[in-house]
Amino acid sequence: MVTTALFFIFAGLAIACAISLVYHKNPLYSAISLVGVFIALSCIYVTLAAPFIAAVQILIYAGAIMVLVVFVIMLLNLDDDKPLNRLRYLYAVGAGLGLILLAQTFFVFYAVMRSPKQAVNTDETVGKTLNIGSAMYTEYLLPVEIVGILLLMAIIGGVILARRFEPTKLELVVNNELERRNEQEIEDEYRIRL
Amino acid sequence: MEPSLATYLALSGILFTIGAVGVIFKRNALGMFMCIELMLNAVNLTFVAFSRYYADVTGQLFVFMVMSVAAAEAAVGLGIIIAFFRNRLSIDTDDASILKN
Repeated sequence: MVTTALFFIFAGLAIACAISLVYHKNPLYSAISLVGVFIALSCIYVTLAAPFIAAVQILIYAGAIMVLVVFVIMLLNLDDDKPLNRLRYLYAVGAGLGLILLAQTFFVFYAVMRSPKQAVNTDETVGKTLNIGSAMYTEYLLPVEIVGILLLMAIIGGVILARRFEPTKLELVVNNELERRNEQEIEDEYRIRL
Repeated sequence: MEPSLATYLALSGILFTIGAVGVIFKRNALGMFMCIELMLNAVNLTFVAFSRYYADVTGQLFVFMVMSVAAAEAAVGLGIIIAFFRNRLSIDTDDASILKN
């Protein structure tokens, strides 16, 4: 009973924050709404007996990704979002897509409700860190390695994309020195010929 | 008594719908990025709900993978947004039309 009450409280919070994320024009308000969604979802993971995922959700999403997003918003000093003017037909496309997805959601809801197997498995140990860790480093070792390589590629890609493409101060100094030496050599050669 | 699997799936579907509509309605590249994160989270909720209802740890591991991919996406996506801002002084997706014509 308590679980159901908590679920509906946090589900309402998540949906309200998600709507506020789409509704607000200011990117910073959107970012803060998104943090609200993450925290509500993390609480729902706790009610689903997945404490490890809940902690990781807070750490990675609310802690790392959103801090990065807020930094970028501050760095770029953005204005409010203006309404669509050139691509006005997108409003119709978005409304149609939303209706289709909502219909699909309700179809899935009723289909799962009518299915005979509703048995809840009350095994509470599944989401424990020990179980996740032992599965991760035995059965799913290869995917974990692949994810590690993916993260390395993302680090390199992020650094290359975000750096400036002008020569650094050190490069400028070295280039000047090389030019100076070159001129000196040409001058010397000329003198010797004379 | 716990909420049934269908309730979790309905919540996940509603969040996914809001995210998908947001991607289309937002003009701001950062806003689109945040809506994509919302959609990823909706899918994560589905994984965790199925993992709970079948007492299988695989779903939670998949959530872990999705989170890693989201972190990689954040690094590269924000790098692209900063590079775009440097060239155009805006992150409006309407301005990303250099390949048009």
